[in-house]
Amino acid sequence: MAMGTLNVKIWRGTESGNFQDYKVPRQESQTVLDVVTYVQRRLDPSLAYRFACRVGVCGSCAMTVNGISRWTCRTHVSKVVGEGTLEIAPLRNLPVVRDLVTDMTEFFDKWAKARGHFTGNKTRKDDFARVEPASMPRRAVDAAIECIGCGVCYSSCEVVTWKPDYLGPAALSRAWTLVNDVRDVAQKERLAAVAGDAGCHACHTHMNCTERCPKHISPTAGIAGLKRAVLAATLKGEL
Amino acid sequence: MNTRTQVLLWGAQRISAMVLALCVIVHLVTVIYAVRNGLSAAEILGRTRGSVAWGCFYALFVAAVAVHAPIGMRNIFAEMGWRRRGVDVMMFVLALTLAMWGLRAVWAVVL
Amino acid sequence: MIKNDFRARNHPAYWAFLTHRVSGVALTLFLPLHFWALGNALHGEAKLESFLRWSDQPLVKFAEMMLVLLLAAHMAGGVRLLMLEFMTWRNINDQHKTLLAVAAGVSVAVGLAFLLNLV
Repeated sequence: MAMGTLNVKIWRGTESGNFQDYKVPRQESQTVLDVVTYVQRRLDPSLAYRFACRVGVCGSCAMTVNGISRWTCRTHVSKVVGEGTLEIAPLRNLPVVRDLVTDMTEFFDKWAKARGHFTGNKTRKDDFARVEPASMPRRAVDAAIECIGCGVCYSSCEVVTWKPDYLGPAALSRAWTLVNDVRDVAQKERLAAVAGDAGCHACHTHMNCTERCPKHISPTAGIAGLKRAVLAATLKGEL
Repeated sequence: MNTRTQVLLWGAQRISAMVLALCVIVHLVTVIYAVRNGLSAAEILGRTRGSVAWGCFYALFVAAVAVHAPIGMRNIFAEMGWRRRGVDVMMFVLALTLAMWGLRAVWAVVL
Repeated sequence: MIKNDFRARNHPAYWAFLTHRVSGVALTLFLPLHFWALGNALHGEAKLESFLRWSDQPLVKFAEMMLVLLLAAHMAGGVRLLMLEFMTWRNINDQHKTLLAVAAGVSVAVGLAFLLNLV
């Protein structure tokens, strides 16, 4: 049931481009993803955008809505529309492929640079590792493990804007979950990877990441943990 | 600048921050007390002249600032895009300048 | 890439960062002047006294109050950062907004204390 019309501005082009205006019928319980989908299917098939699950589990539909990075499938129009105008743009801090689609390559490259992957030394012949669920390290992991790599934190981070080689909140948060993984055996290498001017020490606790993360993870807390871990390792001469 | 040095710089900034937190509390209390009924050189110097305690306190204060401020400024320059060796040298010079002028001021009011 | 604008930064923790950075730069610029003024005592009490009398004007007193506010804000904000970075035994990160409120309150209280003792 229509409830009037939305004035929608959508970014068209690459880094250099402009906002194009569209008029979209307003519906009850409409999400921003619904709006983008309407535009592409009914008004302008040349619009490029990404989505997959539509229900807030995959993170593919992350875009900037009225200046704020968020999941468009979980953003109700009624919550953000203000005076009846929606401004939809691609995620920040990433190269724009076209319109609302960004190139996520550097986001995942930095994940690898931060050593955001597990390294173990057991085989299938060994017994299971025992990890106490209530232990401090496991609870630290639990608080950050649900990251699905949507890029909202990376898009929101000003230090990423100011320092192109900064690893960013997602990569560092993932590294933190592995620093706390008692089974991992590459801790020295990982701490070396996340330390320094391009690593955890560049974080100024703006907390844009924590403010915007749709999974309510706090990369700020993880990065603070990394700072402590790196300092300890350095003082012990391990770095 | 290698990673180890960067980490130690960060550590030094945080340690000096902890020292400064205490020094600043003392300083603010002193300032607020001293400013009652107007500031006068006699009152200030009456407190600091010949005092080993105030001398040590302010010397520590100056040392902590000389470590803390330049490292903070280095970060700001790096974020504005200036990351060269030259900036590091400039910050070291800033540290020395703050230390020298600060210790001169401490000398001036204690002796 | 496209950059964020003010809409993305419009939340308390970012204002805290901005306050901390601006106050830090302002204090760093102010310090040489402060050291110079005090160093005047090297030339005798009268030299320092004449500088202090010059500083009796309302505009200077206002500037002094701002500096006290900036120093208190930088310190309170700094203690907040030290707590967020080093405190592990509580979930301090979950209370970061309370911490911010306390830091802001302390800064204003100190500024007020200075002002009230000035007049």
